[in-house]
Amino acid sequence: MQQIAIVAFSQSDCLARAGAANEVELIMPQLQAVYAQVGIDNAQDVDFVCSGSCDYLQGAAFAFVAGVDALGAVPPIKESHVEMDAAWALYEAVLKIRMGHADSALLYGFAKSSSGELPIVLSQQLDPYYLAPLWVDTVSLAALQARLLLESGLASERDMAEVVARSRRNALDNPHARLSGSVSVDELLAEDLFVSPLRRADCAPVADGAAAMIICTVEKAREWGVPYALLSGIDHRIETHNLGMRDLTDSVSTRLAARAAGVEDGPVEVAELYAPFSHQEIILSRALELGDDTRVNPSGGVFAGNLMMASGLSRVGEVFRRIAAGEIRRGVAHATSGPCLQHNLVAVLESAS
Amino acid sequence: MADTADTITGIECPVYLQYHFTAGRAPARFLTRIKEGVLSGQRCPRCSNVYIPPRGSCPACGVPTEEEVELPDKGTVQSFTVVAIPIPNNPIKPPFVVANLVLDGANISFIHLLSECENSEVRIGQRVQAVWKPREEWGYAMDNIRYFRPIDEPDVPVAQIGKLPVTGREG
Ligand SMILES: [Zn+2]
Repeated sequence: MQQIAIVAFSQSDCLARAGAANEVELIMPQLQAVYAQVGIDNAQDVDFVCSGSCDYLQGAAFAFVAGVDALGAVPPIKESHVEMDAAWALYEAVLKIRMGHADSALLYGFAKSSSGELPIVLSQQLDPYYLAPLWVDTVSLAALQARLLLESGLASERDMAEVVARSRRNALDNPHARLSGSVSVDELLAEDLFVSPLRRADCAPVADGAAAMIICTVEKAREWGVPYALLSGIDHRIETHNLGMRDLTDSVSTRLAARAAGVEDGPVEVAELYAPFSHQEIILSRALELGDDTRVNPSGGVFAGNLMMASGLSRVGEVFRRIAAGEIRRGVAHATSGPCLQHNLVAVLESAS
Repeated sequence: MADTADTITGIECPVYLQYHFTAGRAPARFLTRIKEGVLSGQRCPRCSNVYIPPRGSCPACGVPTEEEVELPDKGTVQSFTVVAIPIPNNPIKPPFVVANLVLDGANISFIHLLSECENSEVRIGQRVQAVWKPREEWGYAMDNIRYFRPIDEPDVPVAQIGKLPVTGREG
């Protein structure tokens, strides 16, 4: 089976609001950046392109089609789209390369979710009969999950605050962070409750922006002559849409995906986890069976800024960056989609040498 | 089991979501200029195509467009249709002509109305010019131009449509 190499990654600053910029204007700088990293001209120079975005976020049907204006699709290119985080665009491209239908692929994810009221907009991804008509917002659902976790005794509010404090401190080294700084656990615990038991600080700050990545076969990576990381495993699993039928204090789908991706086959030096709420990082770390020797979210994770539809791809990108720079030899990236960690993707990245 | 009469077979769940739409930096610049009565497009640095209204990129080359180009309000009919059904809540009465028009100096068409003409005489290659609303009614909108009307200039050969310089038919 074809080995997959990750050769380029770029992400935008996490902006609270992207101002007047449209999706094309958000995407283009990231595409130009990844082209420059491998020395290609535009999307004509890769075999396949796949994007991740969600039309509900900007409130325009087929908004993702407009994104294609950023690519240079003349003559026509092979192009696809997932109505979800671009980490799943990566998954689609991996299948394409493994099947021998492409040697290289460009992936990008983007959103300008500041156009709408995100927690309410996302309520419309719930099942259309029982939950969506109730307009249950994402923060309230996450709060229910956090409550269950606290009552199970598996974590405390202090544990959650520790996730936030560490993430913000790590984000000090992240040039794209929307939020970073030194804040103590006690200071965080002194803040008012927002949606009990969550404080505002427990909710990752949502941001507008985009991210892009190029993957290819190892042969192509050598031809381009750029440092690369091997994507040695990738898998994704989904749980039922019926929240009442799930154990919300665990992430069974992450556990299954991790096993299939081969997380346990070697040491995990770094894990970049897409946990939009602090308690979810605790659930994910447990599902991935991460030990004390794993650095979790050295970039600050999405507590540095949650780029909707791009944060999952960015987690993979962050691990790639560290391997390509020679900082680490093996790491795990995770992406999530849906309410309360419904759908999870796990990727294992390794040094080529 | 409930009676079939009591069986719920459907529920109504209307979805209302509110958004603050933004057009984009390049389209916003276009709308700002059209409020001043100026039609401004953008030129691709690679293939030199001029786009109006601009989106901020050349979709053919995949590069940002930044050079601003002022265009005249004269153009050519690239294609058209005669519409026989009314637009809801619009004073325009059918039959009316909707056309793809290419401004002189531009390489891409936009859709606008064609009026002050015999519908049966509208044709591809026909030369047209904008009829503007009174200046005091101008806003950030394409309908500052009420419609286009035919002008007395020879038709543009099909192969030349979308390739005229800003100076137009005579340039
Ligand atoms: Zn061009």
